[in-house]
Amino acid sequence: MKTRITAATLAALAAGPAAAQGIDETVNQIFANSTGWFVSLIFSNFPGTTFPWIVGWLVVAATVFTLYFGFIQVRAFGHALALVRGDYSDPNDAGEVSHFQALTTALSGTVGLGNIAGVAVAIGIGGPGATFWMILAGLLGMASKFTECTLGVKYRNEYADGTVSGGPMYYMVKGFAERGLPGGKILAVLFAIFCILGSFGGGNMFQANQAHAQISNVVGAYPGWITGVVMAIIVFLVIVGGLKSIARVTEKVVPFMAAIYVGTALIIIVMNYDMIGTAFSQIFVGAFTNDGVVGGMIGALIQGFRRAAFSNEAGVGSAAIAHSAVRTKEPATEGFVSLLEPFIDTVVICTMTALVIIITGQLISDPATGLFVLNEAGTQIQTVTGNSGVALTSDAFSSAFGWFRYILVVAVVLFAFSTMISWSYYGLKAWTFLFGEGQTKELVFKVIFCLFVVIGASAGLDPVIDFSDAAIFAMAVVNIIALYLLMPIVKAEMNSYLARLKSGQIRKYD
Amino acid sequence: MSRKIVVGFDGSDASVRALDFAISRAQAQGDNILIAHVLEWSPYSFLTAAEVEERHRRRKEELQRAEVAILTPIVKRVEDAGIPCATTLRYGHIAETLCRIAKDEGAAMIFIGRMGDSGFASRIFGSVAATLAQVAPVPVVIVP
Repeated sequence: MKTRITAATLAALAAGPAAAQGIDETVNQIFANSTGWFVSLIFSNFPGTTFPWIVGWLVVAATVFTLYFGFIQVRAFGHALALVRGDYSDPNDAGEVSHFQALTTALSGTVGLGNIAGVAVAIGIGGPGATFWMILAGLLGMASKFTECTLGVKYRNEYADGTVSGGPMYYMVKGFAERGLPGGKILAVLFAIFCILGSFGGGNMFQANQAHAQISNVVGAYPGWITGVVMAIIVFLVIVGGLKSIARVTEKVVPFMAAIYVGTALIIIVMNYDMIGTAFSQIFVGAFTNDGVVGGMIGALIQGFRRAAFSNEAGVGSAAIAHSAVRTKEPATEGFVSLLEPFIDTVVICTMTALVIIITGQLISDPATGLFVLNEAGTQIQTVTGNSGVALTSDAFSSAFGWFRYILVVAVVLFAFSTMISWSYYGLKAWTFLFGEGQTKELVFKVIFCLFVVIGASAGLDPVIDFSDAAIFAMAVVNIIALYLLMPIVKAEMNSYLARLKSGQIRKYD
Repeated sequence: MSRKIVVGFDGSDASVRALDFAISRAQAQGDNILIAHVLEWSPYSFLTAAEVEERHRRRKEELQRAEVAILTPIVKRVEDAGIPCATTLRYGHIAETLCRIAKDEGAAMIFIGRMGDSGFASRIFGSVAATLAQVAPVPVVIVP
């Protein structure tokens, strides 16, 4: 609302900004019209319910993997930490990518706006109860991640020059062939198409969009395409111009930003320690009862699951691309390491955001009934400032520390940027799988990728967020079919590895 | 008995001076020399996805370059001086890796050159020479 009023004021003052705002709205309209059918297909409900089938699809898969691998996320958690610490790394392999680096690289693709903006969206619609379902989805998702990353390493392509290409496309083709199953190639092509769309959507437009929202929240409203063009130029310089220095700086600053973010969240939570009990009771009560949020208890569940899946990408297949480039003799080790990602991303970082929003009292509830109050349209819980998405998170943090909004701008822009760089890589891998490798072909993808940065920053939040989710979940549809069919292979890998670990055949290096 | 001395060598002028000094000591005492070249590497640095993919190829290139450009020419220099000589090429934290090499090889001494940075940077980040002097398991000779 704020944006629109400011835009109207500006339009009255000068013709320039009015024309610029016009570009944004045109982009928004064309975008919403052209992607609407895809979004409604992915988010259609089970017949006769208000439950999107895709959310059920992800949660059922995560539950099946959790049971099939015997709660591997609990059993292997300690071993995963030991792997990341390097306890099992051969010193003679020093100079190769370590497990720690594989984990942080994959994390830099997932830790990002999903943790800051996505959680705020979930809480804003589904209330505090969404947090419970988000954490549950994160814990279950660890098993999905384990499955896909083990397969990613097992069936990657290794080339003579030492480079590696891997990911769901490759395990679909090679794994299906090995098991004598038909249709691997078709699934792989579908996955690659959705992965390219996902790299334009959640991995790109959503990031640009929320980066712009956060910047204009602090410096005042201005047309989105300006942010878009600036970000697109920087992304272009990195992925096309090979300007590694920017990427390297980002890679180094992002972990510190994540630490500052979690640290500040903890301080705010401790400062309001008297509210912690209330916050957790709201989370639990909201998870199982109707506390007045949109869609009631089911609404909270849907929002929690949806944002968790979007944030940690378990079952989506993107992490399998990132992890398959690692050199390791044991595919299972990458699976173990990767199961830490949903834990760090969702169970730790997302929960921090949720707690800060709840504890600082951003959501307005009716003191008489205790139920949350919805906005006029009935689409969201009313917030103190009327903001949603990343702006809501910003409000929550800066209600405790006014200066935090500036840190958050830097964090959001950097997170957005590192996620874009990661997803440009995932998209490129899918692109080269479809069209083959070659400089011109790769350049075409990279240029299109940069154009979507501009579109993402210009379009309004809703069409972008819907398309982002739809594209990423479409990847999960195809990927999870493959995971079901290939999970016996993962089980054999896992059992063989764990047996050798137990017998002392695989041991620590000192 | 012939002892083994480790010379930390990175191709810099300082490391050449350290090697020359090590050669003169080895000639006097009948020692042999192990030239150690350590490529700075931390398993805890952060890489982009594209860098992860290229890492194995880069590593091979880096090792080959170090072998051809740094180690091979210098071995001849040592052998011409009549000293038995071997080389080792490792990745890791430089001071820690030199210590590990000395321990694993049962070396009697470590020779290194120093860059002579007395300024602000080495105060903050420390220097290889200072770290080695603190932690090495065997005597360290620091050649200016």
